[in-house]
Amino acid sequence: MISFFIRRFIQSILVLLIVTVLVFLAMRLLPGDPIRMIITASNTESFTEEQIAQVRHEYGLDRPLIVQYFSWLNDLLQGDLGNSILQKVPVSDEVFRRIPITFHLGVLAFVIGIIIGIPLGIISAVRRGTWLDTLVTTLANLGITVPAFWLGFLLIYAFAMYFRWLPVMGYTSPFTNFWLNTRELIMPVFCLALFPIASITRQTRSSMLEVMRQDYIRTAWSKGLQERRVIIKHALKNGLIPIVTLAGMGVPMIVGGAVLIETVFNIPGMGRLAVTSVLNQDYPYVQGVVLIVSVAVVFINFAVELTYGWLDPRIRYN
Amino acid sequence: MANRALDIAETGIAEIAPGISEWRRFRRVFLSRGLVVFGMVVILLFIFVAIFAPLIAPYDPNEPDLYNTLQNPTSAHWLGTDSLGRDTLSRIIFGSRTSLEIGLIVVFFACVIGITLGTIAGFYGGWIYVIIMRFVDALMSFPMILLALVIAALLGGGMKNVIISLSIALMPGYARLMCGQVLSVKENDYILAARGMGASNLRMMLRHVVPNCVSPIIVQITMMLGATILAEAGLSFLSIGIMPPTAAWGSMVSEARDYLSTLPILSFAPGLALMLVVFAFNMVGDGLRDALDPRLRGIL
Repeated sequence: MISFFIRRFIQSILVLLIVTVLVFLAMRLLPGDPIRMIITASNTESFTEEQIAQVRHEYGLDRPLIVQYFSWLNDLLQGDLGNSILQKVPVSDEVFRRIPITFHLGVLAFVIGIIIGIPLGIISAVRRGTWLDTLVTTLANLGITVPAFWLGFLLIYAFAMYFRWLPVMGYTSPFTNFWLNTRELIMPVFCLALFPIASITRQTRSSMLEVMRQDYIRTAWSKGLQERRVIIKHALKNGLIPIVTLAGMGVPMIVGGAVLIETVFNIPGMGRLAVTSVLNQDYPYVQGVVLIVSVAVVFINFAVELTYGWLDPRIRYN
Repeated sequence: MANRALDIAETGIAEIAPGISEWRRFRRVFLSRGLVVFGMVVILLFIFVAIFAPLIAPYDPNEPDLYNTLQNPTSAHWLGTDSLGRDTLSRIIFGSRTSLEIGLIVVFFACVIGITLGTIAGFYGGWIYVIIMRFVDALMSFPMILLALVIAALLGGGMKNVIISLSIALMPGYARLMCGQVLSVKENDYILAARGMGASNLRMMLRHVVPNCVSPIIVQITMMLGATILAEAGLSFLSIGIMPPTAAWGSMVSEARDYLSTLPILSFAPGLALMLVVFAFNMVGDGLRDALDPRLRGIL
């Protein structure tokens, strides 16, 4: 297990390094010269070549790319994500202020996805072919299809505008007003959770069906074990692996959804920050959000792989 | 044998007599589920509407009519008009063009690049595998929409850049799928035989490995068409995708935002069209998988 752990850890670090190189190159090489961004942002009309060269030197952009990369990486490791072009404040301040909001939203959606998705998938697999199975599968198929942003509008129209049960949009900190916060979060969390619920249901159903036809499940039945025991103890543990994979993919899935849902419900999280900074062409924010999210994804995938090793010892030796 | 009988009994798909041609078997399984047929009909309708949009649409989708802004549905404008008086139905019809075009081009590029990288990684193994697949892992750790956002941020919006960004975002999925396929196909005896007969690496890949990995790729392509159309709509909704005045379903939903309480149909209708099309692609993808990969029948 220890060598497995170390091997996976090194691989994750490798992926992280590639991520930083990609982000760095994307910000430096693609059209959208950082110099031009800095100069345009400072709103001065005419710049001489000399001044441009000076700004270039000031920001260290005249050094070789590889040197720039390592100094950038060094700053990064110290938590320095650069300064916003428009607001001239450190990107990390704003990003770290917003992480808890997206985290709050995302964790709720993810937990709901698991709490509802796994049991629905199990029920549907165990009662395969019945009306219950048909209902669950159809709903799950609809759930992976419905555009989250559009669903948000439908819900706002129905519950905030027509019935007036919930606030239209916005975000209040749960520490200021917990009740208002809960009411504000019902619709966005539902929108965000729908895709995880549906995809976890589908995945659980299919991997349970796959496991339930294995010989050891037949053995468990023929030993006369109770249904509950066969399903939970023998089938579920072995069926969990693909579900854990899906859970690992949950972070990109939920952050992707948060980008849309935070825009629909006007929630000041990381997703909203990414969108507004793209529209304002404030690249350092975009870069900050992308880096934080991908670091999170890589670490969660690392955790997921360790879980595999625990669930299925055979994987450790591959 | 017992297993096979069990499978058939479980899935409720009738035993198919031996000797029946592959194509007939495929057709029978594919068309055996109502939702798959429904999906197929929706897709054909969608393609038809997209191709013949100028003939079908009752109005010019971009023609403002300032005397008839924000109309409720009437016999002249079945789905009402937007804040510039443009006919919603016509814009939905033309929006299908945008969706189909982006879906097809993106999936084509993502597929070609992804399959090439995946095949090379799986076929050669070793450090080539490590480099390509870690690169793919790195790309996959960005949420698709965020990756598209970054690229849109750097290149700007518009059709071409949406295509570039979504292609990059979707490519890793194909690479990973293909790589896994190649790794398992490579173990077969016929590959060893081809190698024994002195086939070159390129020939082995093109003639023996790739053709045997086609089924899952076809399924993936169908599913991804839906996902791409959905992602494009998401980008357009965030106003970093298709630029106005081009009709796109995502931007129609977002433009209708201010009129949600007075004229909800303006955002409901394009969203419904979007959902229907994505649902259709998912159902047909499911159907194709059932028909192409008997092992998975009825499971997923």
